[in-house]
Amino acid sequence: MSIGVVQAAYVVASVLFILSLGGLSNQESAKRGIWYGIVGMAIAVLATIIGPEVDSNIGILIAMVALGGVAGWYVANKVEMTQMPELVAGFHSLVGLAAVFIGLNADFEYRAVEMMTEAEKAGLTGFAATLAKKSAVEISIMQVEIFLGVFIGAITFTGSVIAYGKLAGKLDGKPLILPARHLLNIGMAAACLILLFIYMSGGGVWTMVLMAIIAGVIGAHLIMAIGGADMPVVVSMLNSYSGWAAAAIGFTLGNDLLIVTGALVGSSGAILSYIMCRAMNRHFVSVILGGFGGEAQSSGQAVEGEMIATDSDTVAQQLEDADEVIIVPGYGLAVAQAQSSVSELTRRLRAKGKTVRFAIHPVAGRLPGHMNVLLAEAKVPYDIVLEMDEINDDFPQTDVAIIIGANDIVNPAAQDDPGSPIAGMPVLEVWKAKNVIVSKRGRGTGYSGIENPLFFKDNTRMLYGDAKDSLDKLLQQMS
Amino acid sequence: MGQIVGVPKEVREGEARVALTPETATRIQKLGYSLRVEAGAGAAANFSDEDYRAAGVEVVDGARALWEGSDIVMKVREPEMHPSEGVHETELLKEGGKLISFIWPAQNEELMSQLAARKPSAVLAMDMVPRISRAQKLDALSSMANIAGYRAVIEASNNFGRFFTGQVTAAGKVPPAKVLVIGAGVAGLAAIGAARGLGAIVRSFDVRPEVAEQIESMGAEFLMLDFEEAAGTEGGYAKPSSPEFREKQLELFREQAPDVDIVITTALIPGRPAPKLWLEDMVKAMKPGSVIVDLAAERGGNCDLTVPDQKIVTDNGVTVVGYTDFPSRMATQSSQLYGTNLRHMLDDLTPEKDGQPNVNMEDVVIRGSTVIEHGEITFPPPPVSVSAPAKPAAKKPEISPEERARLDEEAARKSGVFQMQMLGVGAVLMLLVGSVAPASFMQHFIVFVLAVFVGFQVIWNVSHALHTPLMAVTNAISSIIILGALLQIGGSTGLVVILAALSVLMASVNIFGGFLVTRRMLAMFQKS
Repeated sequence: MSIGVVQAAYVVASVLFILSLGGLSNQESAKRGIWYGIVGMAIAVLATIIGPEVDSNIGILIAMVALGGVAGWYVANKVEMTQMPELVAGFHSLVGLAAVFIGLNADFEYRAVEMMTEAEKAGLTGFAATLAKKSAVEISIMQVEIFLGVFIGAITFTGSVIAYGKLAGKLDGKPLILPARHLLNIGMAAACLILLFIYMSGGGVWTMVLMAIIAGVIGAHLIMAIGGADMPVVVSMLNSYSGWAAAAIGFTLGNDLLIVTGALVGSSGAILSYIMCRAMNRHFVSVILGGFGGEAQSSGQAVEGEMIATDSDTVAQQLEDADEVIIVPGYGLAVAQAQSSVSELTRRLRAKGKTVRFAIHPVAGRLPGHMNVLLAEAKVPYDIVLEMDEINDDFPQTDVAIIIGANDIVNPAAQDDPGSPIAGMPVLEVWKAKNVIVSKRGRGTGYSGIENPLFFKDNTRMLYGDAKDSLDKLLQQMS
Repeated sequence: MGQIVGVPKEVREGEARVALTPETATRIQKLGYSLRVEAGAGAAANFSDEDYRAAGVEVVDGARALWEGSDIVMKVREPEMHPSEGVHETELLKEGGKLISFIWPAQNEELMSQLAARKPSAVLAMDMVPRISRAQKLDALSSMANIAGYRAVIEASNNFGRFFTGQVTAAGKVPPAKVLVIGAGVAGLAAIGAARGLGAIVRSFDVRPEVAEQIESMGAEFLMLDFEEAAGTEGGYAKPSSPEFREKQLELFREQAPDVDIVITTALIPGRPAPKLWLEDMVKAMKPGSVIVDLAAERGGNCDLTVPDQKIVTDNGVTVVGYTDFPSRMATQSSQLYGTNLRHMLDDLTPEKDGQPNVNMEDVVIRGSTVIEHGEITFPPPPVSVSAPAKPAAKKPEISPEERARLDEEAARKSGVFQMQMLGVGAVLMLLVGSVAPASFMQHFIVFVLAVFVGFQVIWNVSHALHTPLMAVTNAISSIIILGALLQIGGSTGLVVILAALSVLMASVNIFGGFLVTRRMLAMFQKS
């Protein structure tokens, strides 16, 4: 196959990737879109393998693809939907590490090619041949690209590993705040910049390896300083980085498909991060630099009144009498694995002719869209699962709002108390419903550590206990 | 085995209520108790002995047998002389037993000492349940007051010769009745609701200005008194007001008297005789045929002319209803509500649901209701603070439509300027890059920038609900980095081949895992 045909295949693959992402605009076209993505990937990989630039070690290659394929297939089938955040973080770390390896390889190859005589260069194939044809300026641009690719790749790798550990509960979810951590980060970034200059002026492979290690430390340190509830931003940011790493490698290799795909993924992650930050009313920079609420002016208003407990019996009665019910799930739903109980509750209420809908805050859960996937898994129809903006105006006409394992996203202090650390964050206005039931494990505060005045309102009742246990008890009480 | 709860027939003449209904019986049995009821106890409230038996309740003949065999006795009225047995009901209470009923400990000191002398393990007064939100479900005073308020309107209408609602008929126009409700507690609000439901024009007055909102929410007009005094609350009830305030108030009522057709008074101050608010001269000023229903009759009445337990007609043709048994007049309904209050009380007493009551004096609700414990009088309870003072809501300055339009315009202009600036900066950067970079780089760079733009356009359209699948799928396609590894796998040194092979491995995990898990997720999304 000639290089022209390979390029044509790449064009087709790029278009398919764009269609695949575009398909995600709604649930039905998404199911078709995913096939575009799979076909695009198959075309790109096959074209590259059959193409003129790959000619040896095909055996190793096929073995590796097969091995990786089996591993990927196994993981994808085994993973619980509640574990999606850690799975995605884990996958990102692989892309990051691959980018580091490929970047290092490019450097090795370039050094090997540099040693060769003209005659030997003429006989080269594959990537080495492309290298051999580069001019001096192109070589230095390429060096910067390699450096960037490895740098971003290393940050993505260690950052994702830490994010995985935090999401999977293997590491403490609390932010680790070292003294002078900003200085530390700046110092390490400066060291990397210095290494870049040494590398450009003929420094050995060690500069590259040392830089990769330092970048790895930066990545780990950055994510260590970010707490659990900021994870949606972190995961989408790492998603973005893995894209930029791919794009940088694409520049290095002069491969447009890598550039296009990397750019698509990079911008996708960037948009997701932006949406998440806006939903928390926080600046991207302040999320990335970590430490929630450290510089908040006041600890918020003191809340007066008392939290009133209720029991499943009473809640069952209230639901019996309600016509309009809105359920607001949060991370606690995922922790308690209560999605199927919620689904059963929804099914029974709907069977009684009541309107049941779900209100999803953009940062509910630990991954953008996490709640939607959990509810979908439990067979809650997606057309009753609504976004914050779609449903926020309907709370005043709602008889019962049930909050399951959510706290900050329903905190009225965000609107009422300008001194609150979450002031200005868009929240679900559940307190406007006639009755509010909060299912919560204990009396503790939310992730941000601020009191939630919602729990003290006259129309709020607290249903203490594990969300799944509470819902199961509730189901027993209902006919 | 759980304890035995017994419900005797009420002995007060004319009392039709009963403390247990077949419906609450099934619920109480779920708490682990066995139930007994005196034969005929529910007859006046339309619950037959058969109904109780069907609900699993044992029916016992005779009050003495019932009291003797019960660990816990639930009643409506406070204990009094039993007419047929010839003993006071307190004498029937077992030593170490429990009694739950209305007691009115402040007014019945003698009864309290009689009860204490019987050495019961606990006496809980349903009238002493503290008025806090958590205890609303066992607040029997509120549920009885609600019924009284409703019934008061029905009695008024019964004695009133006209429609409540205004009508225009072929036979002429009928003006709507005007109803004045004095005291907007639970009974007052229920009366407002019932009178509005019948179509009357309703006005209401209360000494607590903070209830104005509740009055208006029920559809009545709040009569404002122009007077500077905070008639605050004490344990959720009104407290006595100053003489000046009282004068102002009477003046207001005097103005209203000739205009209104129906007056319903519900003003009570705990532990005191009912305040006189509707004086004789006001009754005289009313139109003939008007009706006054005095819900405070039992405590002396709010109206000068009220005769407790009777209905009288004054010389100028005004009917004054002074009944004291409004809840009993709707015995089925009030038994149901009171029974449910009792059930909730037992629920609170039996957290383990094992039929063993636990009088937990740490619990404010139980502490407040328990007037005798182990033969010792524990009344009055320590005070409970009820409602937090209402804070004046900080009003946000209203933004007029013009102002909003102007702000929008400004925001649009700002974002336009910002976009221009960014484009300018971008163009300069591009020129700088272009001036040094070789053509081959610029080609790739164009592709890169265009791809970023396409990416932004496409991703903004992705539904929020699909963000997790989006991350999984972008993750899979970012493994396109595998192409780099593929190109290098034929490399010249062993290290290069190994690193490339590892990269291929990792990227493949990602490609297969990412696409498969996305497919799995998307397949779950189903429409209803």
